[in-house]
Amino acid sequence: MAHHHEETTHVTVLPPDREKIKKLWTVAGILGLITGLEFAVAFLVPHEYKDLRVWTFILMTIVKAGYIVGEFMHLRHEAKVLIWSILIPMVFVVWMLVAFVYEGMAIADVRFGF
Amino acid sequence: MASTSTTTVQAPGRSVWDGGVSPMGASYGKLMMWFFLLSDAFTFSALLITYGLVRSSHPAYDGAVEAFVFSDQYWPIPEKVFEAIPFFDIHAPLVFVGLMTFILIMSSVTMVLAVEAGHRMDRAAVEKWMLWTILGGITFLSCQAWEWAHFIHGTHAGAAVAEGTTFFGANLAHNQYGPPDFAAFFFFITGFHGFHVFSGVCLNFLIYFNTVMGVYERRGHYEMVEKVGLYWHFVDLVWVFVFTFFYLV
Repeated sequence: MAHHHEETTHVTVLPPDREKIKKLWTVAGILGLITGLEFAVAFLVPHEYKDLRVWTFILMTIVKAGYIVGEFMHLRHEAKVLIWSILIPMVFVVWMLVAFVYEGMAIADVRFGF
Repeated sequence: MASTSTTTVQAPGRSVWDGGVSPMGASYGKLMMWFFLLSDAFTFSALLITYGLVRSSHPAYDGAVEAFVFSDQYWPIPEKVFEAIPFFDIHAPLVFVGLMTFILIMSSVTMVLAVEAGHRMDRAAVEKWMLWTILGGITFLSCQAWEWAHFIHGTHAGAAVAEGTTFFGANLAHNQYGPPDFAAFFFFITGFHGFHVFSGVCLNFLIYFNTVMGVYERRGHYEMVEKVGLYWHFVDLVWVFVFTFFYLV
């Protein structure tokens, strides 16, 4: 199709950037691998180790989010001021999550007393 | 250092923020997509934070996992709720939701390949990868439709409620799995995310249509693919968090 030259618009189609595509598939592989590891933790680590499970899941989620935002959304390669404009507001969200989960545990204390 | 080959000529006493240059090095449309996504992240965070508050204010199940039964006295273990798969009547905890995660990650990969093809002005490749992305989105939505239907209709056994009757499935007021809030959060969080996937599929289709019509080829660049790509990756990103906080933890 691309080798028909009858088209009126002159568009130069560049060949695929093999290196870039390979890198994208590597990122995809890492994301798949971490998801696989999450399943391994979900089924192999007993529920008694609740804190270990929860913190492993949270850590893996942050790594996955880093790859998606940094590589797929290309943020890692943007101007520094853009990177910080996006990341700094999220700091407050993380703090809000911590504060409200802590608050929830205090509510449970009041309601159920343990 | 400052006198080396920079293309922007700057008058003394003027900063990059005084106009005429693009300090963030991104087009207006792309920048606005980023800030829209930031605000959208706030909305999803609000839902997930509220989920964290309400869940941590309920008692957790602290008996043996093998002896777990549904009760509105404690928050359920997610893998005991989400263990059904289509067509087979077996217990397969988290398998179906794992498949959904895989589908969404794959559609993110095909999206980023469409963006790469756009940089090369390769119309045929953009069309191909956009179609795969749309297919991935539709597959994910279909899986979610099945999951909702199963969640609403409930398991064979149901759960005993107060007056010796049995309640099956879930609605916004009652559910067989745990406290009423559990089902409410399931509907709101996965529903809001599913709505984003649906809008994403519509936007992706629009981009595909414009590509086929040669709009971007005439325009000379495929930046719209990048902008909608940002949105689509964000939908995948949100799912990563929903997957962890609703299904795994």
